[in-house]
Amino acid sequence: MALAPDPVSAVADPMTPTASRVLGRRRESPNVWTLEIDAAGLPAPTPGQFCMLTVFGVGESAISVSGLRTRPARLVHTIRAVGPTSRALAALRPGAAVGLRGPFGAGWPMVAAEGRDVVILAGGLGLAPLRPVLRGLVARRARYGRISLFYGTRSPADILYRRELERLREWLDLDIEVTVDHAGPEWRGHVGVVTNLLSRATLDPGRSIAFVCGPEIMMRFAVAALKDAGLADADIHLSLERNMRCAVGHCGHCQLGPVFVCRDGPVFSYDRVAALLGRKEL
Amino acid sequence: MPIKSVEEILSEQPFLAGLDEKSRHLVGGCGRNARFAAGDYLFHEGESADLFYLIRQGRVALEVKAPGKGAIVFSTHGEGEIVGVSWLVPPYRWSYDARALEPVSAVSIDAACLRRKCEADHDLGYEMMKRFMPVLVDRLQATRLQFLDVYGPGA
Repeated sequence: MALAPDPVSAVADPMTPTASRVLGRRRESPNVWTLEIDAAGLPAPTPGQFCMLTVFGVGESAISVSGLRTRPARLVHTIRAVGPTSRALAALRPGAAVGLRGPFGAGWPMVAAEGRDVVILAGGLGLAPLRPVLRGLVARRARYGRISLFYGTRSPADILYRRELERLREWLDLDIEVTVDHAGPEWRGHVGVVTNLLSRATLDPGRSIAFVCGPEIMMRFAVAALKDAGLADADIHLSLERNMRCAVGHCGHCQLGPVFVCRDGPVFSYDRVAALLGRKEL
Repeated sequence: MPIKSVEEILSEQPFLAGLDEKSRHLVGGCGRNARFAAGDYLFHEGESADLFYLIRQGRVALEVKAPGKGAIVFSTHGEGEIVGVSWLVPPYRWSYDARALEPVSAVSIDAACLRRKCEADHDLGYEMMKRFMPVLVDRLQATRLQFLDVYGPGA
């Protein structure tokens, strides 16, 4: 019996990084940076996919695609500087060499979302892989129903893509609500957990599809709130992150029960992973 | 435009949805309308918790003052939500400040009055507890999440 073709085979030699260059760098918050990387000749990513970025001599890290520019082809990645590799990546200046593998993985179900209300719940850096979704929805606005983004982060200083969010809220018919865990007295917005925003919103569960990304604890609470609002498990999609190393389902570092997050995900419908989340053994 | 009674206003609040007429009348008897300008304090930490607010319009920040950091806002509440739960349990004292972020219109409920009525009418007391317990549990869950600092550098 012939084996089904490996989905990663579309990527030429997926284990060898392509040498590329940083073309732009922007600070998003005190320890988060966005890099634009030359992507000439590389396959265009779909929203939700990730790439493996290498700082030569330091290490390699899986980073979600947070944007794409086509002329010239640039991949956009948003990186939080927390470990040796991510700190080295975030410190790369325009012109610096960077290794690139990918894009990899299964992204957000953009086609399945057509004709439906789209609810996006993002927590912290989890907004990064959802930014291409938001841009895709806006670019094809007529294909979708009501679009809502509920974004929670640590403090006002940690809000990502602030100007872009302000612009979208101002000019387009999107519901965008931001909340922070704590703030100084000058902050005029919401303070509290992101699920509070959801409980104050009016959703039509039969029409809605939800995309969720953030720390796993936040996603578990978000899923519970979405289910309380009446959404079915199959209509809730999550992006998981699990120690991706090889990115092609060979090494097993990202294995979560029967699935490899790098190859089968990182985006999964909740009905597929419900039994796997929050288990200490996994 | 006709002016609504407190009881009529309370009947429109989802927090009291399903409350029978008699109980609503009892609660309404302890209530009055309240308005605050942006920046006004609804109450201060350490003061006696002798009332609570049901917010009709506007938003309120709950905050604590920390040495060297000024005021830290840990929660905001808006339309249809309750501000103030310390009136429920002794020693009936606020443990934070509540400040209007924008013009706020609310119904304030006299806590001593409502506690007295709840003691006299346990059905009313039970109805109040059924409404306040989910608020308390939700805020406890939210506090746990905030305490975990899930978006923090070590998360």
